[in-house]
Amino acid sequence: MRIAPGEYFLQGNEACVEGAIAADVRFFAGYPITPSTEIAEGLAHRLTGKDGVFLQMEDEIACISAIIGASWGGVKAMTATSGPGFSLMQEAIGYAAMSETPIVVVNVMRGGPSTGQPTRASQGDVMQTKYGSHGDYQVIAFAPASVQEMFDLTVDAFNYAEKYRVPSFLLSDAEVGHMRGLLTVPEAINVVERKEKGLRRPDEAYDVPDDLVHPFPVFGKGHKTMITGMTHTDKSKIEPEDVKVHQELVKRLSEKILRSRKDINKWELIAPGSKTMIISYGSAALGPKEIAAKDDRIGLLRLKSLWPLPEEPIYEAARQCDQILVCEMNLGMMYWPIKRIALEAGCKRIELLSKVGGEPPTPSEVRHKLREMGAI
Amino acid sequence: MELFEFYRKDRWPHVFCPGCGIGTVMNCFYRAFNELELPLDKTAFIGGIGCSSRIPLYINSDALHTTHGRAIAFATGLRLAKPELKTVVFTGDGDLGAIGGNHFINGCRRNVDMTVICINNNIYGMTGGQASITTPHDYQSTTTPYGNKEYPFDLAEIAVAAGANYVARWTTRHVHELTRSLKAALQKKGFAFVEVVSQCPTNFGRRNKMADPTQMLEWFRQSSVRRDKTKAAEVDHVDLNLAGQITIGEFVDRNRECYEELIGVGKHG
Repeated sequence: MRIAPGEYFLQGNEACVEGAIAADVRFFAGYPITPSTEIAEGLAHRLTGKDGVFLQMEDEIACISAIIGASWGGVKAMTATSGPGFSLMQEAIGYAAMSETPIVVVNVMRGGPSTGQPTRASQGDVMQTKYGSHGDYQVIAFAPASVQEMFDLTVDAFNYAEKYRVPSFLLSDAEVGHMRGLLTVPEAINVVERKEKGLRRPDEAYDVPDDLVHPFPVFGKGHKTMITGMTHTDKSKIEPEDVKVHQELVKRLSEKILRSRKDINKWELIAPGSKTMIISYGSAALGPKEIAAKDDRIGLLRLKSLWPLPEEPIYEAARQCDQILVCEMNLGMMYWPIKRIALEAGCKRIELLSKVGGEPPTPSEVRHKLREMGAI
Repeated sequence: MELFEFYRKDRWPHVFCPGCGIGTVMNCFYRAFNELELPLDKTAFIGGIGCSSRIPLYINSDALHTTHGRAIAFATGLRLAKPELKTVVFTGDGDLGAIGGNHFINGCRRNVDMTVICINNNIYGMTGGQASITTPHDYQSTTTPYGNKEYPFDLAEIAVAAGANYVARWTTRHVHELTRSLKAALQKKGFAFVEVVSQCPTNFGRRNKMADPTQMLEWFRQSSVRRDKTKAAEVDHVDLNLAGQITIGEFVDRNRECYEELIGVGKHG
C-alpha cells in the first residue's frame, strides 16, 4: 500500500522504503548490514507475502541473485546494502548488465576499504558502481542528498531500470540514510512499467526512440526465453567464440545508456555563471549548498545522477567559470572525470576538496578551501 | 511430447563429450517429465556454470543460465516472484557444493518449492579436470597430481541434514531408479534434491584408469550399495573409492511446509 500524499518527517532510509513501495516494488532480498538495515526492516513490514515478497538471504550474493531471478518473473525487485555487501554483489551486477535485467540496488555508502567505518558516511563506492564488475558495461546511478530525494530518486531508479533494462543504483550514504527530514509525497507519481514482450506498450513515456532496448520476455508466458551471462546473439544463442556477436552485444549494452544520457541525467544548479563553481553530490554537497545559497560569488552544480556521467551540465558549468572546486567524500574519484570534462571546456583550474573519515565537509571547511583558491 | 519437442534441436550439436553421463540424465529427466505430463511452458529451468548447468539451454522452455554457484538463489527469486512456475535447477558438484555451497544448504533449509538435480561427476569437467569437492580421496586430477589428499563431500547427506523435503542419490548406471526419483522430486512440494553420480570419461576416467565410459559404469555398479537394503548406520555416507562404496537410494521423503505456503505467497499468483 503506497504512502498517502502529504507531509511526513521520516528517516532517509524510511523514505527509500516508501519510494520503493510507490514505485511498485514486489520483491526485496536483503542481508543485514549497517547503515542500510532500516531499508530491509522497513520492507519486511511492507512486503508480507501476499502483496510482495521480502526475503532475508544467506549473503549479499544470494540477495542480488534472487532479485535478478525475481525480475525475470516479471516483478520489480530491489536489494539494499553497504560497502562490503556491495563488493560481494559485483559479479552479479555484471550479469544483470549482460542479461539486461532491470533491478535496483541501494548502496548506503560507509567508510572503506574493508569493514572500515560501518556507522559513518563515505562516497567511496562511486567508481565501483560503474567499474566494479569485469568487462565493459554501463549502469545508471543516482546520488540523493536529502530525505525527499531518497524517496524521489528511488522511484527514478526503478523507472530508469525498467525503461533501459539495466541495473540501476541509489548511491546514498550513512549521512543521508540516517538523517531525518521532511518528505512531501505528491498526489501523482510517475511509475514506469516494464516494456514486456508480446504486449502493446501501455505508456508512450518509456518508449525509447531507438531500438536498443529490446522488449522484456517475462518467464512463464510461452516466450521460451533463454537468458545467459555468456556472449549471445539477439535470439539468445550462445556464441562465445564469435568476435562480431560479442562486439555488437557489448557495444549495444553501453550505447543504449550512453546515448540516453540527456534523458537520465539530473542535477541542481545554483547561481550558474559564477566565477567559481563547486561541483558536488550527495551529502558532500550539503556544506557547499549552504555557501552557494548565501554567497553570490559561488555557484553550485549538484549532481543528482552520477552514471552515466552528466557530461553536458559539467561542460556547461566549466565553460562559464574561471575555476572549479570538486567536493566529495573520498580521496578524489568523480574529481578525475569532472576534471577531464572541465579541461575540455577550457576551465584551467580544477581543485579538489576531499574529506574522508565519516562526515561531510562543513561550510567552514569549504570556505577555507575557497579562500585558498582566492574565490572569496 | 516427442524428445525434440522437449529439447531444442536447433541448439544441437551440444557441448557434451562422447560417453558423458549428462545425456543419460537428460534422457531420464525427459522421461520423468513426460510421464508426469507437466506443462513445459509453466516450467523454468535454471543452471549455474559448468557442463551440467548447460542443460537448461537445451530445453524448449524458459531458461536462466546464471552465474557460477548461484542457481538456487536465482531460482528462489524467480519461484517466489512467479509462484505459478515450476522451477528446476540443473547443477554440478563444483557449482552446487563448492562455490554454491552456502546457497545449497540454505536452499534446503528455506525449503522453497524447487527440484534441484546435481550431476556429480567428481571433477571440474568444463575447465579440464581439476579436483572438485567430490573427487575421491587419492584420485588423480590436474590439480592433484600426487592424488587428492582431501576427502569428498557427501552432498545427499548435507541436503538431509539441512532440511530438504526429498533427497535421493543414484548413479547413471541406475536409470530406472533415477527416473522414478526424478518423478518423485518433480511432484514433491518443497525443496527436492536428486544427486546423480555420473561419469566424466574425458577428464576424470581418463586420468584414473577408466578412460572407457563403460568402465566407470561398471565401477558404479560394483560400488553402489542400496541404502534401504543395508543397515543405515553403515552406509550413511559416500566413500567413493575403489575399496569404498556409493550409497544410493532415497535418503529422505518428508513434507515440511514449504516457504511459499508459510508466507502465503502462493495465493497472490
